[in-house]
Amino acid sequence: MKTAEPVHRLAVLLPYRLAPTRMSVRISPLSAAILCFCAVMAASTAWAQTAPTMLSPLQVIVKWSPLLLRGFAFNILISLLAMLLGTVAGLGLGLALLSQYRLLATASWFVTQFFRNAPWLVLLFFVMFLVPFQITMFNTTVPLPDWIKATVGFALPVMANVAEVVRGAVRSVPSTQWEAAESLSFTRRQTMWLIMLPQCIKRMLPPWMNIYALVAMATVLASIVGVSEMLTLTAQVHAAEGGRPELFAPLYGFALLCFFLYCYPINLWTARLERRFRVR
Amino acid sequence: MITSWTPDQPIVQCVDVRKSFGALEVLKGISLSVRKGEVICIIGPSGSGKSTLIRCINALQPISSGSIQIEGIEVTDPRLDKLALRRKVGMVFQQYNLFPHKTALQNVMMAPIHVLGQKRAEVEARARALLAKVRLAGKEDSYPGELSGGQQQRVAIARSLAMRPDIMLFDEVTAALDPETVKEVLVTIRELAEDGMTCLLVTHEMNFAREVADHVYFTDRGVIVEHGPPETLFTAAKDERTQRFLSQVL
Repeated sequence: MKTAEPVHRLAVLLPYRLAPTRMSVRISPLSAAILCFCAVMAASTAWAQTAPTMLSPLQVIVKWSPLLLRGFAFNILISLLAMLLGTVAGLGLGLALLSQYRLLATASWFVTQFFRNAPWLVLLFFVMFLVPFQITMFNTTVPLPDWIKATVGFALPVMANVAEVVRGAVRSVPSTQWEAAESLSFTRRQTMWLIMLPQCIKRMLPPWMNIYALVAMATVLASIVGVSEMLTLTAQVHAAEGGRPELFAPLYGFALLCFFLYCYPINLWTARLERRFRVR
Repeated sequence: MITSWTPDQPIVQCVDVRKSFGALEVLKGISLSVRKGEVICIIGPSGSGKSTLIRCINALQPISSGSIQIEGIEVTDPRLDKLALRRKVGMVFQQYNLFPHKTALQNVMMAPIHVLGQKRAEVEARARALLAKVRLAGKEDSYPGELSGGQQQRVAIARSLAMRPDIMLFDEVTAALDPETVKEVLVTIRELAEDGMTCLLVTHEMNFAREVADHVYFTDRGVIVEHGPPETLFTAAKDERTQRFLSQVL
């Protein structure tokens, strides 16, 4: 007798397929929207049972959203600056890791490992409390606001991770490229800047963007050291609204939503780039 | 260092070259010389140290003992200016090793511009002429990934020639190619030889060696078993190892 399923009915063990691993959890935008909606709804129900004169959670969010979004913009600013600083420093550190000078390579290996394996919050604390709040040079005093110090704090782990990305990418270029460059009399520095790094940009881009998404999310740690970023402001708004328990979920849910809407496209794009570059 | 070298002396002079990788001795006292305008082929079974020799000549690998002189410059000299040496020596690899992020034209132009500091316009004219010479006119803007193996290898030859070397080293340059593209590369090398370029080739193409070479060296297990003009070596080899090898490949 013939069945509708022809081919796969044979007793054959199919090859085991590894699912591609990813660092971030995949949530479809729709599920995320539903989740946030549920949070707001749950809170609304609680609110419906309280006195009618108070603002609804939604009204509270709308009322405070200019302030909260300004806080969020601050998070993004910190993350972009930390990424910029960390990338420049990380490129330098990565090149030092690849250096022919044993001492320099070893020293930068220790630096890289130290900052890669340190909790971000601890690094942040160190920078906050070790760096003075102002610097006096040539009779001019330059104040160092908290958020700048926080930016430096985030740039440190970025630096170490970028260094590792640079090192890995350059190492992954076949050694024959070095030989070809050598036989054409390129110096080591020329080989690095003209031949190695340009080839590596493509493979460095996805992990670099991954680091950025992590930094963007980590910027809320700055609230612990008193920077008025979004999380700090959310807590203040909550307090200003009398600390009503039913506002907790909507307010923090709003913060979650903002970060999600910002970071998810980055991760999506990263995954797309990864797939595109793998095919070649 | 530089002894008084004159063009009538050999461009490459190897004397008792030995090279070991750990306990394994790959070159056991190789001596050979290449004169200006000569085409020298090194043949022999795989693992006989042919490629190692050619890489040592370009100072890509250090030798353990002996002497290699390129135009009177001692390659083993610890104070050797490797970059200056390599400007005299062009090298083409088995795997082409083109720079994948640059077009064919850019591949050819890079070294003269950045290493020799020559003017871009002048280099570009020369690069285009070289690509035309290796029959790749029209492929200037193609990336290596868009070219066939034979085409890539010809770009690699043009890239080396752009540095105007005194001698070209070819390290099994047709070994990775499809049979139908081997010929186009060999034709290019033959034309080069006919133009008077000094060439040192490690090759498995016996017919090519027979037709083009002025002198053929047969190596086996790190030694030169015998050498001579191709007509002698290919028809009247004296050593039994040479005879056995030639009977296998011809």
